[in-house]
Amino acid sequence: MSDITITITDRESVTHQVKAPTDMAMNLMEVVRSYGLAPEGTIGVCGGMAMCASCQCYIKSDHKLPEMSADEDLMLAEAFYVEENSRLGCQIPITPELNGLEVELAPES
Amino acid sequence: MIKTDILIIGAGPTGLFTVFEAGLLKLKCHLIDALPQPGGQCSEIYPKKPIYDIPAYPEILAGDLTDKLLEQIKSFEPGFTLGERADTIDKLDDGTFIVTTNKGTKHHAPVVAIAGGLGSFEPRKPPISNIINFEDRGVEYIIRDPEIYRNKKVVIAGGGDSALDWSIFLADVASEVTLVHRRNEFRGALDSVEKVQELKNQGKINLITPAEVKEIQGENHITGVNIIKDGDKKITLETDHFIPLFGLSPKLGPIAKWGLEIEKNAIKVNNALDYQTNIPGIYAIGDVNTYPGKLKLILCGFHEATLMCQSAYQRIHPDKKYVMKYTTVGGVEGFDGTKKEAPKAVVKKIE
Repeated sequence: MSDITITITDRESVTHQVKAPTDMAMNLMEVVRSYGLAPEGTIGVCGGMAMCASCQCYIKSDHKLPEMSADEDLMLAEAFYVEENSRLGCQIPITPELNGLEVELAPES
Repeated sequence: MIKTDILIIGAGPTGLFTVFEAGLLKLKCHLIDALPQPGGQCSEIYPKKPIYDIPAYPEILAGDLTDKLLEQIKSFEPGFTLGERADTIDKLDDGTFIVTTNKGTKHHAPVVAIAGGLGSFEPRKPPISNIINFEDRGVEYIIRDPEIYRNKKVVIAGGGDSALDWSIFLADVASEVTLVHRRNEFRGALDSVEKVQELKNQGKINLITPAEVKEIQGENHITGVNIIKDGDKKITLETDHFIPLFGLSPKLGPIAKWGLEIEKNAIKVNNALDYQTNIPGIYAIGDVNTYPGKLKLILCGFHEATLMCQSAYQRIHPDKKYVMKYTTVGGVEGFDGTKKEAPKAVVKKIE
């Protein structure tokens, strides 16, 4: 069993519980896209290079996430609606440790 | 009125390669792009990032790919309308199209190829409640004419290359330049960061970090901005201009209202044949289109452009029969009089 469960609140405040595979080198932004939880073209615009912040999300659970890279940190420094718990979804790989993760998508900007 | 055979909307890699494939068929192209330079996302978002899946290039920087494409299509003399967004399309009685940009430039062509990627790049506007009231009244998201800032007070916000580069440039033009950024660190090129440091030390750039512009003051025109520094210190700064430079994000924009079938923010096309849309004569290629099994890859855009040009040729010359020729056999004959062709074999007898 290599799927984990993630709870994602979309930009319309609708909450979805989705399964995400841990063995397909996916990241959180790609999970959101694969379930169509945000319209195409409004998320993952740069493709996952931490260069656009369109996949910004707020981490609602206290899971231990991978450290922020300098790229992600500085991209968030230019994004809007940034909070203490903001991360870029494209920089969070889906791993077994993230089972039960709860996130909310930041507004489109 | 600009006249051409194939009017290409979007000068990204797919749009640029279309010029080459069209050129082989002796069709002329003109490109419209909202950005001031060709290359699309490759030049705007990630010019310094490598791409690994361009056939025969084990690794190529996105910016270099743009340069190579421009070199490849040079002899086909494409026209460019840059820094303007294609806004409206009108179909004439003879089946040809007129595309007009937001600045009123008109283009006439029998075939329109939309290679618009994720859409046209629009500036990202910071969430300051009254900012819209000051647009073109001292707030500019894009610097078009640096001369308007001569001897004026300017506040720039942002932490990337454009914020750094314009701060450096305007330090010699404006009477006062203030750069505001949420962090002490900047994301731009190292030499730009060092240059800003130098200008700051000389007192030519006023740097306020970590800080954020929160409010705009003024009646009919901006007169100042309120800045929050270090999380709680309020600074009020007099200024004539506020230039937020937070990058650009693509929006499908006016194309969505052209009567084309749209699905998931992309244009539906016939991928069994020629990537034509529901409007005959309008094609959509590259990241902007969708069909079963679509992949948004540059190399797929190249393929789609190639097939699309064959169909465009039939539309423009319904009475002619075209036989595909390999470039190795037929060479490449530019519209500028140049010709590239494979060297002829040298015949020499062995004694």
